[in-house]
Amino acid sequence: MQSGSLVSPNASTPSVPERKSAAAEIRGQDPAVIAKMSIANLSFYYGKTRALKDISLTIPNHQVTAFIGPSGCGKSTLLRTLNRMNDIIPNVRLEGRVELDGQDIYAPRTDVVSLRRRIGMVFQKSNPFPRSIFDNVAYGLKINNLTHSKAELESRVEASLRAAALWEEVKDRLKESAYGLSGGQQQRLCIARALAVAPEVILMDEPCSALDPIATQKIEELIVELKEQYAIVIVTHNMQQAARISDLTAFFWLGELVEFNQTEKIFTRPDQPMTEDYVTGRFG
Amino acid sequence: MQKRLIEEDLHRLRDKLLLMGGAAEKAIMLSMRALLERDSELAERVIREDDIVDQIELEIDQMCVDILVLKQPAASDLRFVVSAARVAPSVERIADHTVNIAKHALSLNNEPSIEFAFDLQKMAHVVQKMLIDGLDAFTAGDPEKAQATIQNDDEVDAYYDQCYAELIEMMTRDSSTVARGVQWLGVIKHLERMADYVTNICEQIVYMARGQVIKHSVW
Repeated sequence: MQSGSLVSPNASTPSVPERKSAAAEIRGQDPAVIAKMSIANLSFYYGKTRALKDISLTIPNHQVTAFIGPSGCGKSTLLRTLNRMNDIIPNVRLEGRVELDGQDIYAPRTDVVSLRRRIGMVFQKSNPFPRSIFDNVAYGLKINNLTHSKAELESRVEASLRAAALWEEVKDRLKESAYGLSGGQQQRLCIARALAVAPEVILMDEPCSALDPIATQKIEELIVELKEQYAIVIVTHNMQQAARISDLTAFFWLGELVEFNQTEKIFTRPDQPMTEDYVTGRFG
Repeated sequence: MQKRLIEEDLHRLRDKLLLMGGAAEKAIMLSMRALLERDSELAERVIREDDIVDQIELEIDQMCVDILVLKQPAASDLRFVVSAARVAPSVERIADHTVNIAKHALSLNNEPSIEFAFDLQKMAHVVQKMLIDGLDAFTAGDPEKAQATIQNDDEVDAYYDQCYAELIEMMTRDSSTVARGVQWLGVIKHLERMADYVTNICEQIVYMARGQVIKHSVW
């Protein structure tokens, strides 16, 4: 996928070559893995409360990275720093650096709308617009002027719904309200909506927590399929889910990154005693 | 701290495995007594009581499946359950070898005894001690003790080679001992194989304790 620019079209944008991932340093990590996002010495404050403490990690492309940890550990806060969703919260402050393809996303000239198009987000509770299924997916394409004809728009909507494994279920009722879909279908619609604008990274904040096991399974299968094209970051309270679908897992505790490792290692032989205690249910 | 739900299952699994190990350990002792004291009743008992070990193996297998699916263990808990599932068949195979020794005893006890210099009791003792140490290492989750126990396999192998040579020499010298000599060769092979199974158990203990796979490797 072509990397886009974070700054407005008028500004000159140096092309930044893809770099080898710091995650490649993780034992056993495929050295061919490419870094999509890099977080360096990131601290985040809600007022005077330091919610994230000096976090450094790399999000590789074409992999699923899971953030796990007990409530209040900072995993959702960190997720929201990755596409500047925290900007809308008053009285917050950030130190450190977050890069997308080597470009600082907190640089003053960053076009936040463009950034959020490149880094899509799916939330805990599905939040379709009160519009038709078609319009939900077409919305981002229309407001960003990403299509040039009705045919192209319809084609992109169909492709997005197919990519979200929803097309077969809705192709005959595209004009019906999105509210008529089941919870699992609504969540996949939201994923289709995020995919429509051709993002490069998809952030998911507990995307299955409100879904039944069958709908959860469909979303999980979808996530594994989508990583072929995107970098995916998922926050989950469900450790089995992290084990099932992620390649890398980061464990957080009280705003600190305790361990970032291959998922298989985290759940069978973690390096840190605190990770061991958490995944075995000894605390949290 | 609140007790974890999985804790009780893990304790029950550990106890069951130790019960099984204890039964196998006893079977080694009884089968050797049946052989060396020419006690056929004891040999019959070893064969009969093997059913108990088989039954416990099935129970352990089911317990492991239940824990995996219902409690979804991770990290050290997962390694413990996986190790228990792998150790139990090794213990069961050890018990099977004692049954085979008991069958040799039943056959040999009907034949005139043969004299040879090799101290079979000593070899059996090392094997039995290996199993006891292995089970202790399992209980304590002690990888150092497990690795030390593995070293004893060389001693058993040396005993085996020594006894093998002596039996071959005996059969070559006196052809009337061949039928019984072959049976004795079977006995020492069973003892040697038991030590191999204890080695497998100890390798599994190292994985259980450290997450480190040492089998098929020089460490």
